[in-house]
Amino acid sequence: MSVKRDTVISPERQSYLKQMKKRRQNIALGRILILIGIIVGWEAAADLGIIDPFITSQPSKILTTIVDLHNDGQLYNHIWATVAETMVGFIVGTALGTLMAIGLWWSDYACKILDPYLVVLNSLPKPALGPILIVWLGNGKPAIIAMALLISLIVTIITVLNGFLEVDKNKIKLLQTFGAVKGQILTKVILPASVPTIISALKINVGLSWVGVIMGEFLVSKEGLGYLIIYGSQVFELDLVMSSVIILAIVAAIMYQAVSYLETRFMQYKD
Amino acid sequence: MSQIMVHVDRIGLTYQTAEGETDAIRDISMDIYEKDFVGIVGPSGCGKSTLLSIIAGLIKPTRGIVIVDGQPVDGPSNKIGYMLQEDYLFEWRSIWQNVLLGLEIQNKVNESTKSHVEQLLKNYGLYDFRHHYPHQLSGGMRQRAALIRTLALNPEILLLDEPFSALDYQTRLAVSEEVAAIIKQEGKTAVLVTHDISEAISMSDRIYVLSQRPAIVKNIYDIQLSCQDKTPLNARKCPEFREYFNSIWKELDIHVG
Ligand SMILES: Nc1ncnc2c1ncn2[C@@H]1O[C@H](COP(=O)(O)OP(=O)(O)OP(=O)(O)O)[C@@H](O)[C@H]1O
Ligand SMILES: [Mg+2]
Repeated sequence: MSVKRDTVISPERQSYLKQMKKRRQNIALGRILILIGIIVGWEAAADLGIIDPFITSQPSKILTTIVDLHNDGQLYNHIWATVAETMVGFIVGTALGTLMAIGLWWSDYACKILDPYLVVLNSLPKPALGPILIVWLGNGKPAIIAMALLISLIVTIITVLNGFLEVDKNKIKLLQTFGAVKGQILTKVILPASVPTIISALKINVGLSWVGVIMGEFLVSKEGLGYLIIYGSQVFELDLVMSSVIILAIVAAIMYQAVSYLETRFMQYKD
Repeated sequence: MSQIMVHVDRIGLTYQTAEGETDAIRDISMDIYEKDFVGIVGPSGCGKSTLLSIIAGLIKPTRGIVIVDGQPVDGPSNKIGYMLQEDYLFEWRSIWQNVLLGLEIQNKVNESTKSHVEQLLKNYGLYDFRHHYPHQLSGGMRQRAALIRTLALNPEILLLDEPFSALDYQTRLAVSEEVAAIIKQEGKTAVLVTHDISEAISMSDRIYVLSQRPAIVKNIYDIQLSCQDKTPLNARKCPEFREYFNSIWKELDIHVG
């Protein structure tokens, strides 16, 4: 139901809109200025010898490094390796976590019995398990993905299960008055009502998966952005390290935006 | 005399929880006739919702038995439609998908049931809004949608548990009038639980007054109003209305403060 707007805009409204536009422009300007300030300051400080570009690198060298990586084509292999591991990590983490939450919702007993285990696993810092994963899964991708999975799985189970348990009891009662069985309660109300929770878990898991994958690549891998960072630092090539970090930041931000977009798509009924 | 639709025979209910026992209902018997509109009033927490849940077959009574249309109640049945305190429309479903929910649960979505629901939507002014989502509707329209969701399964008896309590006073008067008219027009038997004595008197043919928890039936009023047109709004203007109101008020023994 759309409200028909007045075609005549009052002067107060006009000046308000003008003010808002100005504000938006100032914000955008501020952001760009900070970026330029950092780049110029960094470059100048390195050129003037205030900081040592050997250990801090500098924007112009970062740019040439990225162009070189781009030219010999290996940049994309590294990006892809990391992105693929991360995506597998957060998708499988969210899916598996949701499935396990369904299991715990289904069986009250299992939920009560496993509760202390969840609490302990949740508080354990997952990177501590890294070496164990390497011993068990070998020095490769499976260990990295397992790392990413581990980090997001337990949190997902806990948040999604809480979401399930918070669904209004009366909505369940309503279905029971229609004679619904447990499976129908799950598919007709628990799952659809928890879509926002599951998507927010997905969003959190994107971040956690990146942590897991980079951790994993530091420990074991032969390719990926995490590998470039660790390799760069070992051969003391800070240009490579900085380039990789910047690319990582950009790729991670893009992926986060993609998931946010998904969220607005799924939440359409809200407006 | 018309046929008995619901026969509640000396039921009692005690809730068991980890913390202890709660005696919710001590002893209630009632007979509800076909196309009757029965009101139930009682103090807060006396067991009114519990009573409806027992009649609907959602809870088994500790003692006694309920017979609906000649058959003992054992689990939810299609003879009974239950309307809860709020509309509980699912916000992720359109109005059309919401009103089909009950049919969907029972795998009864087909051409004839769909056209029945369409007719209900048309009759009660929601057809043009069928593709809207619940938050786009006013409180009154939502309540009507909830009623249609219940009517879609074609129940003979409607149980209404304070169905208007989430609405503001103005809307509440209008909606109670609408709902009363719809129930009359569809020829349903209805049981209405309410806190609002005026609402009970203006909508019901008979009122059961329950005691404090654990509930017993304290008194039964046959409501006879001398007005011509007994819509809930008009009923409030009848001379007898005050008298019923005062005696039920005394009966409920509500202490302020
Ligand atoms: N599932 C339950 N387990 C234990 N006790 C319950 C349960 N449901 C209700 N009770 C208790 O039983 C009593 C009657 O509850 P009920 O909801 O039937 O009252 P009510 O008359 O509908 O109350 P209200 O006027 O607030 O709607 C209350 O004391 C309540 O605390
Ligand atoms: Mg109640």
